[in-house]
Amino acid sequence: MADKNYNILIVGVGGQGVLLASEVISDVAMNSGYDIKKSEVHGMSQRGGVVSSHVKIAPKVYSPTIEYGQADVLMAFEQAEGLRAIDWMKRDGVAIVSTTAIVPAIVTSSKMFKYPEDAVGEMKKKSKHVIAVPADQIAGELGNPRVVNTILLGVLSNYTPFENDLWIEMLKKKVKAKFVDVNLQAFKRGQNVRLSPVKA
Amino acid sequence: MRELLSGNEAVARGAFEAGVKLAASYPGTPSTEILETLARRYRSVYSQWSPNEKVAFEVAIGASIGGARALVTMKHVGLNVAADPFMTFAYTGVNGGFVVVSADDPEMHSSQNEQDNRFYARFAQIPMLEPSDSQESKDMVLTAFELSEIFDTPVMLRMSTRVSHSKGIVKLGEPTSGPDKKFVKDPAKYVMIPANARKRHVVVVERLEKLRQLTEETPLNFVEEKGSKIGIISGGVAYQYAKEVAPDFDYLKLGMSYPLPLKKIADFIKSHDKVIVVEELEPFYEDQIKAAGFDVVGKEYFDLGELSPDRLAEGLEVTRRSFNVGGKEYFGHLGELSPHRVAEGLKKAGVLSEIPTVDIPPEKDMFPRPPVLCPGCPHRGVFMALKKLKVTVTGDIGCYTLGVLQPLNALDTCICMGASIGSAIGMEKVQGSEKGTVAVIGDSTFLHSGVTGLMDAVYNNSNVTIIILDNRATAMTGGQQHPATGLTLMGEKAGQIDFETLVTAMGVKNFRKVDPYDYNATLDAIKEGIGSSGPSVILTDRPCVLMPKRIMDEPYLVDLELCNGCSACFRISCPAITASNETNEHGSPKAEIDTTMCTGCTLCAQICPTEAIILKSQFVKV
Repeated sequence: MADKNYNILIVGVGGQGVLLASEVISDVAMNSGYDIKKSEVHGMSQRGGVVSSHVKIAPKVYSPTIEYGQADVLMAFEQAEGLRAIDWMKRDGVAIVSTTAIVPAIVTSSKMFKYPEDAVGEMKKKSKHVIAVPADQIAGELGNPRVVNTILLGVLSNYTPFENDLWIEMLKKKVKAKFVDVNLQAFKRGQNVRLSPVKA
Repeated sequence: MRELLSGNEAVARGAFEAGVKLAASYPGTPSTEILETLARRYRSVYSQWSPNEKVAFEVAIGASIGGARALVTMKHVGLNVAADPFMTFAYTGVNGGFVVVSADDPEMHSSQNEQDNRFYARFAQIPMLEPSDSQESKDMVLTAFELSEIFDTPVMLRMSTRVSHSKGIVKLGEPTSGPDKKFVKDPAKYVMIPANARKRHVVVVERLEKLRQLTEETPLNFVEEKGSKIGIISGGVAYQYAKEVAPDFDYLKLGMSYPLPLKKIADFIKSHDKVIVVEELEPFYEDQIKAAGFDVVGKEYFDLGELSPDRLAEGLEVTRRSFNVGGKEYFGHLGELSPHRVAEGLKKAGVLSEIPTVDIPPEKDMFPRPPVLCPGCPHRGVFMALKKLKVTVTGDIGCYTLGVLQPLNALDTCICMGASIGSAIGMEKVQGSEKGTVAVIGDSTFLHSGVTGLMDAVYNNSNVTIIILDNRATAMTGGQQHPATGLTLMGEKAGQIDFETLVTAMGVKNFRKVDPYDYNATLDAIKEGIGSSGPSVILTDRPCVLMPKRIMDEPYLVDLELCNGCSACFRISCPAITASNETNEHGSPKAEIDTTMCTGCTLCAQICPTEAIILKSQFVKV
């Protein structure tokens, strides 16, 4: 079954759980018989900067980084970061973007920069397959604002060939015990998103 | 047993499997996780943070001479700090195996320069192994310890950010106990007085000759044949990039990249019409290959009779044609490579005819999202005060380097670990002290290499003000322990340096502590420091808000009735403060505080001219 390539690029802002999400995907892929490499740059991630993680899944992976224009899936935990990364995606790739908006201080404190008014709309001009997920709202309903990443993993699982049980098993392994239940709920809610995509 | 490991985790695993007894380090991106992994997962290895890389290196030297396998790890610039023991330990050689890991940072993801530390191996004339992924990282640690003991030499393992911080699948091996050795008194080997050192230098040169033979034979340097007329020589992560974009070519992969297998390389060059060297940063392989190539074949063309410019040019032309080696002219020296950069270079070199086109659209009209000081960061108040006072501020390496960014814009220099104090002293000597010269340095950085700078300030009677930003952690690299936190890397209770005792014992007369959450007190303390003669030291005493535990006090919020949209709170650069939807009469936005991010540090409330920022619980909505 391990015969196709999947390049998954995950972007977000420090503190949104980008690295945890990429760990879960990597473990799922490895346990499905694929070779996998993933790459990210540590160091500044906890200080509100952009965080990105490249996950490469294939029968045999060389470079640990995804090339510009070569991501099959773009997962964005913040909409402006989704827009910033949209050109990393293949033309026929899928973008899964949380409508979360995190406006940095540099925008607030100077007139030089603007936060995009409709980041998701801009993304849709670039790509046919943009799935906008109101992950903040769903996370709010689940009572934990920190599960935005897991909700998007649920959406992602609809576009990958991996077994559902494996996703559940790896989530349980990576998440702290007391947050397992809420994360499993979040994952399920994400999986249901495909059935009712949000219209722009 | 297979596991998904980062290059750094794989090095730690390799050290564990090799039976390393002691590992020492000072945290530095991208090397930090090696020791953290050892301390967390492989507790049979004694691992410790040292105050700086030089001490860490010397601790590992002691362990090696004492008979144990020893590992020392650092980021590239850390090896500058440890260069002194590094260069001479190359002379003495080892007892137990000794491996130094240098984790370089091409592209400067988290560093002040992108120096190529492969030159250090050549400088010290010690062997260097260069892994290209996680599996090789683990395997090469084991090989490095064997080489170290067989050839009586420290061995360098050269990592880079993309190798250290990428994860790949690693086959694990069984741990071994390492060789059982004892310290043997041998001053001729270990006491480097000139008479002994001269003899040891001979040993270094002879050892290098033996290593030149080994590097021709080792399976770490291997050829992959596809029958192409063009060959590619590569190593490190650049090899992975090249394999991805040009899989159908012959490769000579260099795993042991110092000394280079020049005979193997010569054979590879001879059997190909053209050879391209793909390496990141400096032309380390290429220059040596070119130098060796001319040396080897030069005599054929220049041996008999008198040389003339024409003959020389003719000979060089023939040489160039017969040894057609290209490299940096196609790939450049700057920053990190990527599969696309390698593909572009190979196209320029005529190796690849078609590469996937990547139409990179013009820069989007997007805001930047640089890293910023966290909400509640204890450094913020200090930079607000320094900005207000318009003094010259020499900076240092840590989270507080972010004080240089807009809108705080409060740093004037940042060179290397500990440089803030020395540079402040020099600046004050030439500029005079009227305007005030202030050095800012973190607690861990001060212990790393600021203490000697302070000694200079006391000794040379400098009128500088030194602010030690004591947040009780090596915060930038993830909150590691250091000699003033009271805990070791392995979590044991530890001896604890007291800054006040240390500083006053050094003879500093003007010492004061200040709460950096108290804006006016901070302002006054700095003014007083600048006004006094001789060095002044100010110690700020609030811990990091993230580590070791997240500090969240009651948040503040903005009363939009009182906010006049003056933007004073925007200019302190707190991520929790953003523009609200309401504007003032000039159309400027009023402020809003994200109460899930606000830690209640109170700084914005202190500087708000209309007292519109109030504690959440005291806010009564009418």
